[in-house]
Amino acid sequence: MSERIDVSIEHKHAPSDDGARPHPNTCPSCGSHYRDDELAEHLNVCPHCGHHFPVHARERILQLTDEDSFVEEAAELRSDDPLGFFDLRPYTERLAEAELSTGLGEAMVIGRAAIEDEPCQLAVMEFGFMGGSMGRVVGEKFARACEGAAERGVPLVSVTTTGGARMQEGILSLMQLPRTVCAVEDLHDSGGTLISVMAHPTTAGVLASFASLGDVIVAEPGALLSFTGPRVVQQTTREKLPEDFGLAEANYRHGHVDSIVPRPELRPTLGRLLRLFANGR
Amino acid sequence: MAGEAELRLREQLSRLRSLPLLRGAKLSGELERLQKQLDRIVAEPSDEEIWRSVELARHTDRPYTLDYVDRLLEDWFELHGDRHHGDDAALVAGIGRFRGRTIVLLGNQKGRDVKERTRRNFGMAYPEGYGKAMRAMELADRHRFPVLSLVDIPGAYPGVTAEQHGQGGAIARSQALLSRLRVPVVTCVIGEGGSGGAIATALADRVLMQENAIYTVISPEGCAAILWRDAGEARKAAAAFKPDAAHCLELGVIDAIVPEPEARRAYRP
Repeated sequence: MSERIDVSIEHKHAPSDDGARPHPNTCPSCGSHYRDDELAEHLNVCPHCGHHFPVHARERILQLTDEDSFVEEAAELRSDDPLGFFDLRPYTERLAEAELSTGLGEAMVIGRAAIEDEPCQLAVMEFGFMGGSMGRVVGEKFARACEGAAERGVPLVSVTTTGGARMQEGILSLMQLPRTVCAVEDLHDSGGTLISVMAHPTTAGVLASFASLGDVIVAEPGALLSFTGPRVVQQTTREKLPEDFGLAEANYRHGHVDSIVPRPELRPTLGRLLRLFANGR
Repeated sequence: MAGEAELRLREQLSRLRSLPLLRGAKLSGELERLQKQLDRIVAEPSDEEIWRSVELARHTDRPYTLDYVDRLLEDWFELHGDRHHGDDAALVAGIGRFRGRTIVLLGNQKGRDVKERTRRNFGMAYPEGYGKAMRAMELADRHRFPVLSLVDIPGAYPGVTAEQHGQGGAIARSQALLSRLRVPVVTCVIGEGGSGGAIATALADRVLMQENAIYTVISPEGCAAILWRDAGEARKAAAAFKPDAAHCLELGVIDAIVPEPEARRAYRP
């Protein structure tokens, strides 16, 4: 089997069609540029204009949880290739590349943790892993996070950043919508709580499943939260899109999220919510 | 793609067969495995057959939900409106009698002529449609009417108002409600089972699919535009993600395939 492996098609930081893509540490909104440590110090929020840069799953967990409280679960799960999917490159190759570049086995990290001394279960997505897409393993991990939360009688906090269902697992990815929906319903049946934090972007299949079922839904400022992205809406409908189409702020105005929480306030906000749902226990 | 895979397997098989059998036991096991894979590939629908399913699933002469209502139900009474904003003509809901028993029917509805197609928004539901569906589900649960849901949607409508009215949340809550119903729910994909727009009304106790229907995570064109950077490669995308009934059955996504009559007769509703 001497298959030719074409590695030239996709580069992670290849320039986009419409000119050079800015450096990941350059603020797309005000143009300020930062060193890694400067950004990390400010929780990846631009100190100048408040733009929220993306946060990797591991970093997010560090930002939110009490020191050394996070214990990862189901880290060993890996996706297989149920359809033998091959577009310009084999799916297995994309998976391997994603694991190498993110250091994660899949696009979601789950585990038990504490936030401001309140115990909880965490499910945090990683956009860097194939666009944070949800295939069978992400569905499985989320379901296990729900079960863990129910068993331990603690709330589940999910942090989503995702393009939606993973195309490479075809219809099996679509089945993760009802699967995660049912997991949330079971959690609710057990008296459990889901606090859904929507980060940029939370779209398509994940928005249309567990992320929208939180008892409380909070969003980060400027996050795109739409079932269909602005480009596709524009192409299909030729409608003129409002400037803030699909953004957290528009969703707040239309009643789809409870609160927009800037990142520095996220940890105390989650602490407050966890205390409220623990109800003095 | 099946073609390439088949060739590769055949090549491996012949190479293995021609090797002197020094470690015979291991090799014959390998031979058997490859032969099995090969048999499976040969039995699978070809890329052309898969694309034919896509075309047939979208065919305008194919029966739509209301055609089935005419033929299956008596005393049909259609419900209108979500009781909040409006009535979505792309998703019909109503009460009727099926073999003497009252049921609630939900279904995506496309149109045949230009006027009707526009009125039905090409079968693409707004959140209002899912709102109406949820109202009908609650009614079914209250009165112990079984639910039959016919799925035929290219995708939930991708528009500004749809987003403002909460398309994603509506799809999520519709599934959540279906999962809670105490009455039996049967779904049949009768044409296009397009992504989230389809699963919103397809979470059921039994899921059927017509022989030439398709059930997809994203439209073949959408997938091609993203992965091949060219919507024109929809055939390749369809072949890769296998949306046909045979594959859905094999993957355990559906319970059974409903055979269709010969195409010539089937497309006269």
